[in-house]
Amino acid sequence: MDMRVDNPAFEKSLIDVISQGLPLTMRPYAVIARQLGCSETQVLEVLQRLVQRGDIKRFGVVVRHRKLGYRANGMVVWNIPDEQVRELGCCIGQYDFVTLCYQRPRRLPAWPYNLFSMVHGHDRTEVIKQVDMIVEQCGLQHIEYKILFSGRCFKQRGAHYAQSRIKTEDVSIQHEMAANG
Amino acid sequence: MRQYSQLEQRLLNDFQHSLPLSPTPYADLANELGVEESTVIESLDRLQREGVVSRVGAVFRPNRVGVSTLAAMAVPEEQLESVAEIVSGFEEVNHNYERHHQFNLWFVVTATDAARLQEVLQEIGDRTGHEVMDLPMEHDYFIDLGFDLKWT
Repeated sequence: MDMRVDNPAFEKSLIDVISQGLPLTMRPYAVIARQLGCSETQVLEVLQRLVQRGDIKRFGVVVRHRKLGYRANGMVVWNIPDEQVRELGCCIGQYDFVTLCYQRPRRLPAWPYNLFSMVHGHDRTEVIKQVDMIVEQCGLQHIEYKILFSGRCFKQRGAHYAQSRIKTEDVSIQHEMAANG
Repeated sequence: MRQYSQLEQRLLNDFQHSLPLSPTPYADLANELGVEESTVIESLDRLQREGVVSRVGAVFRPNRVGVSTLAAMAVPEEQLESVAEIVSGFEEVNHNYERHHQFNLWFVVTATDAARLQEVLQEIGDRTGHEVMDLPMEHDYFIDLGFDLKWT
């Protein structure tokens, strides 16, 4: 393989390996480097670049909150005037119990909601209380919204792209946390 | 859920977004926590085996590789399970779940490119006989600072 670190194919193989998690050994990047046939420094360089570019949203311990008692989650959907979506989206997205805050298209007339956020709590009452707090603090009293609690989970696993297995925010956090809310 | 030691609580809460990108990340954590490197590694290993930690590593931006969308369908209650089974049968569907609303089936579809994604949505619609609402992400307003576990 071409070992130039700016080679997209190299980046992709590294992403494949790294999405399975870092080995729990003293020199984890050296282990990955051996797997990829490059140097530890090269691995760290590319990861640094992925972080700077925003391709890696965060790097750290990925926790399954449901196992820690955060069993409820509500997908809160908001119908926000287009010119306010950015401002209010940023407000909603800043809370630590919110794990997703995406703008998506409306599908009228059936679906008027254009902002989606995932709110987590130990139980539904806590989720509702947290949503009330968002409404109060972000000034959303006149905004129409709905909380969609989750029911049965029919399928969950990481995303598969061709031969690779990549975990993204969309699938990993949602699926690790979304079921049985 | 068992009781977690103070060290475990800190490992779970304080390093969700700040693992140092250095050759020796666990030694760095150990240093910060005032414990041995081997203790950090053993604790993380145990938490991972117990399933509380899914992995140590990166969370990637959506659509970094391939394309994905969130889709929803309004399915009569008595058909929900059979429709869900058809949807789950698609390799491109990686998360499929019920929500309590008129739109009661929600699933994430990922594909290598946009054309294939549309093809899959079309096929799901055809095979289930229900209209599929396609809700791709347009903007991400989420600032990921990790999730404060608020140990009490």
